[in-house]
Amino acid sequence: MGPVEAFLRGMAVTGRQFIATITGRGLVTTPYPKVMREKPQRFHGRHVLNRYEDGMEKCIGCELCAGACPARCIYVRGADNPADDPVSPGERYGFVYEINMLRCIFCGLCVEACPTEAITHTQLFEMSTTNRADAIFTKDELLVDGDGQPNHMFETDRFADLAELAKADGWMRATAPQGRASYEGLVAWSGSAGVGVRPPERGQSGLPDEDEEASEGADG
Amino acid sequence: MDWIDVGLVALRVVVIFGLLQVVTILLIWFERKVVADMQNRIGPDRAGPWGILQTVADGLKLFFKEQVTPRKVEFGLYLAAPMLAAVPAFLMFMVVPFGRPVRINLGGEDRLIPIQGADLNVGLLYVLAMSSVAVYAVVLAGWSSGSKYPLLGGVRATAQAISYEAAMGLSLVPVVLFTGSLRLSEIVASQSGSLTFFGQVLSLPAWNVFVLAPSFLIFFIAAVAETNRAPFDLVEAEQEIVGGFHTEYSGLRFALFFLAEYINIFTMSGLAVTLFLGGWSGPTWDGTLPLVVSAVLPTVWFLLKVTVFLFMYVWLRATLPRLRYDQLMTLGWKRLIPASLVWLFFIGGAMAVRQFGLPWG
Repeated sequence: MGPVEAFLRGMAVTGRQFIATITGRGLVTTPYPKVMREKPQRFHGRHVLNRYEDGMEKCIGCELCAGACPARCIYVRGADNPADDPVSPGERYGFVYEINMLRCIFCGLCVEACPTEAITHTQLFEMSTTNRADAIFTKDELLVDGDGQPNHMFETDRFADLAELAKADGWMRATAPQGRASYEGLVAWSGSAGVGVRPPERGQSGLPDEDEEASEGADG
Repeated sequence: MDWIDVGLVALRVVVIFGLLQVVTILLIWFERKVVADMQNRIGPDRAGPWGILQTVADGLKLFFKEQVTPRKVEFGLYLAAPMLAAVPAFLMFMVVPFGRPVRINLGGEDRLIPIQGADLNVGLLYVLAMSSVAVYAVVLAGWSSGSKYPLLGGVRATAQAISYEAAMGLSLVPVVLFTGSLRLSEIVASQSGSLTFFGQVLSLPAWNVFVLAPSFLIFFIAAVAETNRAPFDLVEAEQEIVGGFHTEYSGLRFALFFLAEYINIFTMSGLAVTLFLGGWSGPTWDGTLPLVVSAVLPTVWFLLKVTVFLFMYVWLRATLPRLRYDQLMTLGWKRLIPASLVWLFFIGGAMAVRQFGLPWG
């Protein structure tokens, strides 16, 4: 290929892309933050601590998330539930819960480890702070409100798709809570505040009484 | 020559001064937008509609930035270099006719007002002289900064300018031979009407580009090199010598270099249009359209033709990687200059034959 031919072919490439872009095809960027790119459903974003539908916290302060964390960025201290005003349905609850977002690698092992689906990812990803102390998210910031929306949204988070955000919790697990690696079988997640119990995903069966055969097939 | 003439000259100068700055603002935006399109991006879209005010915002930012002066600079030349870049850039466009001369009755006298800064009888030489002066700005900026990268950029500018100025000058000689004038308005006038080829009138405009295509090609390549634009931007070369001659400049002084670069691009495009694409000539439908429209249409044709060249500049920039230094020199000395010499010899011979007949005939 001579230099002239190489030149012409190069010009053709850019010319073709120019035509493609101005005719509306081929554009690969979005005018962020006005338009946000649609994120994958299981996007590993900022964590939240979920609540049951009745408003009780799901976290039981077991520290399994802290144990599973490879970056050692989660600090949990449990405490006994007060008998007259329990915070969570069980015996104990998460008294202190902190995640250092500067160290977190968003691997999702805490979400895997959690026995009650208390901690899950969301699709929020704008977590920049102006000092290091703010990067440590405390329980106050992590816990969702009664409507299932994360606390302390950032200024730019208002651009996030709230409907997408509400779907964040149970789906964020890669495996079923029974510990099976194959993501099949019964829907086993519990209802969450602001969301309720979600319908089964593709590849999962519904509730046992609705879909007996499918669940048996999955168990066998 | 009375006070009205003086006023008209002053008015033209001010209008061109303003026009060039507006053009620069639009051109930088245009370049960023087109390059973005070629890379499947959106480009600037925040300031104003379609981001058209982005350059205004950037310019204002540069106005308010500190003008850092490194300790080792030769202060006088360091200060003079940006001005030396900007002033010839403005001056060079002054001779380019960008509209048909308008005849207006002013002060009881019919006056023919040329739509250009000054109609010099040595217009083309003046342009070449001014583009040579502009090179001094780069060289002096590189030298006076007292820093190694600007110095390298300045050294590169020297060699590049000499090589490509020769090619550019040689590519313009056939135009002068062909049209018989150095006056740009006459060069434009000679390209009006239809093309005559061996006595046959073709349905093409009589633009020089159809007769002098090799000259046009060489001129355009040399013009890209002369304005230090990609792929000949070795003088700036961000990746190798971190901006070259303007590394040590900041704030308004840096803005002046930028301004000069884009005005030069516009001027070179305007020159290419004037010399090869018939300048402002184009259909004006005189008599059928209102007088004002007929008077403005030539300027519109000029700007449209220039836009084609500006797009070419941006297209080249978005496509081609920077030449290596020896490639630059090879292209200049071993390709363009011999090619323009051969072409000049050929066109000179053809002109002589047309005038005196064949030597053996």
